[in-house]
Amino acid sequence: MDMVNITIDGKQVRVPKTATVLEAAKAVGIKIPSLCYHPELRPEGACRVCVVEVAGARGLVASCVYPVSEGMEVRTTTQQVREARKMVVELLLANHPQDCLSCQRNLNCELQTIASDLGIRKIRFDGEKKQCSIDAENPSLVRDQNKCILCGRCIKVCSDVQGMNVYSFANRGFSTTVVPAFNQGLHQVACTYCGQCATVCPTGAIVEKDDTQAVWEALSDPNKHVVVQTAPAVRVALGETLGMAPGSVVTGKMVAALRKLGFDKVFDTDFTADLTILEEGSELIDRLQNGGKLPMITSCSPGWINFVELVYPDLLEHLSTAKSPQQMFGALVKTYYAEKAGIDPAQIVSVSIMPCTAKKAEAVREEMRSSGYQDVDYVLTTRELGRMIKEAGIEFANLPVEEYDAPLGISTGAGVIFGATGGVMEAALRTVAEILSGKELDSIDFNDVRGMDGVREAKILIGDLTVKVAIVNTLSCARKLLEKIRSGEADYHFVEVMACPGGCLGGGGQPIPTYSETRQQRAKAIYECDYTSTIRKSHQNPAVKELYDTWLGKPLGDKSHHLLHTHYKQQNRK
Amino acid sequence: MCDCCGGNHEKKFVQLEAILKKYQGMKGALIPVLQEAQDAYGYLSKEVIEHIGEHLDIPVSQIYGVVTFYSQFHLNPRGRNIIRVCQGTACHVRGGKAILEAVQKQLNIKAGQTTPDLRFTLETVACIGACGLAPVMMVNDDTHGRLTQELIPEILTKYS
Repeated sequence: MDMVNITIDGKQVRVPKTATVLEAAKAVGIKIPSLCYHPELRPEGACRVCVVEVAGARGLVASCVYPVSEGMEVRTTTQQVREARKMVVELLLANHPQDCLSCQRNLNCELQTIASDLGIRKIRFDGEKKQCSIDAENPSLVRDQNKCILCGRCIKVCSDVQGMNVYSFANRGFSTTVVPAFNQGLHQVACTYCGQCATVCPTGAIVEKDDTQAVWEALSDPNKHVVVQTAPAVRVALGETLGMAPGSVVTGKMVAALRKLGFDKVFDTDFTADLTILEEGSELIDRLQNGGKLPMITSCSPGWINFVELVYPDLLEHLSTAKSPQQMFGALVKTYYAEKAGIDPAQIVSVSIMPCTAKKAEAVREEMRSSGYQDVDYVLTTRELGRMIKEAGIEFANLPVEEYDAPLGISTGAGVIFGATGGVMEAALRTVAEILSGKELDSIDFNDVRGMDGVREAKILIGDLTVKVAIVNTLSCARKLLEKIRSGEADYHFVEVMACPGGCLGGGGQPIPTYSETRQQRAKAIYECDYTSTIRKSHQNPAVKELYDTWLGKPLGDKSHHLLHTHYKQQNRK
Repeated sequence: MCDCCGGNHEKKFVQLEAILKKYQGMKGALIPVLQEAQDAYGYLSKEVIEHIGEHLDIPVSQIYGVVTFYSQFHLNPRGRNIIRVCQGTACHVRGGKAILEAVQKQLNIKAGQTTPDLRFTLETVACIGACGLAPVMMVNDDTHGRLTQELIPEILTKYS
């Protein structure tokens, strides 16, 4: 690679010719304050907070987009630079609602942080404020353009990572906004509700719809029996919202915190992840043996389901009919659990804690009422649970470690890896391989299907059958895969797709910020949870076995069909 | 076949199809296509924009961004007569604002809007280069100068 030598604040640096000044500075440990810049998205150079002095250049330059060149001399902390940065932020604040104290992103806002870092104590300008209406017509996300600083990150994550192109800059000058086509609400356009825009938004302009108030009300109602399920990826991320390092496994503390908040039963979505494997695994075996539609594609990720229904309705038959673990859980809580515990299902409030904003929309789908009630009443993201724990004044770090309640809290290592891209595939392979071959696997670690690449392929020998699989994460990669399936090029048997980068652990409801290192650390933690589980195969989950033996019958049986499977239909938003 | 108009776009979009064909495979075709489509239909409807997006393989959100960036493009039907009331410096000094108010009152619309019967679209301009006649407005290609509020109703009756 061609290298160049430059000097930053008197320090000699040798960097690739293609680097920007900001990247070069980072390489030698010099942090240039920035705002619109995001390390995983194309730089925009919009906010001008990252300006620096370059000898010979006309005026200050935006380091996030300014390329290095041989012999360049950069100064990052001169008086002129610091004053310019302050001015830029003051001007942004002059147009900003400045309702920080009551903003959902209070204390987790990049605009607030940069204002604090730059020591802004007075805003010299009294600017005009935008008067845009708030878009809250969908179940998942709330957009408040008045807080938007026009950094363009949401536009880029939606187009470059997810390939959906929901957002664009519209209008001009002060009237510029970031909006879906024709200034429609997200519920009117082809938005999958994946929430990646919310996780990269530096301010409170795009946030998850907050459902904590409804949950607080249920918790304080003595006539309600409130049960909660926690998704696999929440336990390795929740700690981040409460001051812990990424990758901290907080399963036991989270269970303790949920009990303190007043939930009557604390259950685990991992239980129905195991159940999903039995239903979906059986469906795969059935499709393989009886000439069913192949490849079969997983159906756990509601952002992904929305994507197929919106963009590839002709390929809906490829989706497994198995409901997602959240919805299987919801269906069982108000039937199986209600019966077993002798509780009127009308009194049960079923809450789920999810790393996901699309799950909020999934829960209110009209098909998701197979118990006779709405199966999952409220979906909270990891971020919302973090806020409830803070609101209750719980000292999370000092909590004792507690266990989930039985029976819907009993799970295996196969259930927990659902939280990482490749996890559903690996969990399914552990079970399907043993059922098909009739003997126990020597090794249950399918390392080929792990990792973070957008598309991964593997061939797995099961008995005398070579099963071709693919694992996909992000919707732009999913689009490539579906094009191959549509054209007949793809000869896979089984495909796992997760809408978000890294799978659920990088979901749209996860703590902010989420960078690629954060995802790696969460993934490492998820696999740790698997290794330390005593049971690591879904079909060996004793509570799932009991469920089938005493109540459900067999996988793909009548009762399963009614409660645990669903159908998909074209959505016409565009 | 697209699904943007219930399958009858052949009739509806004959002119648009011809425009798109002319620019097929050409880089940077979006703006000329939008201009010609607007010439053909008078404005750029949602249907027309969606159709263009599908054919040029450009996300509709981005086309919306382009259309709202340039003041030459219009998302709503335009009136048969376009009124441009000057708000430039000379007209401002000589009461251009009162003229605008009079037109707004007469037509019961605001600047940037079109009357429901599509007779008039009202716009403001920053200068039309006829400062000697200030305050001034144009209706279509006619220039009306030395205006007073009282003159407005009569001028407008000339345009149907």
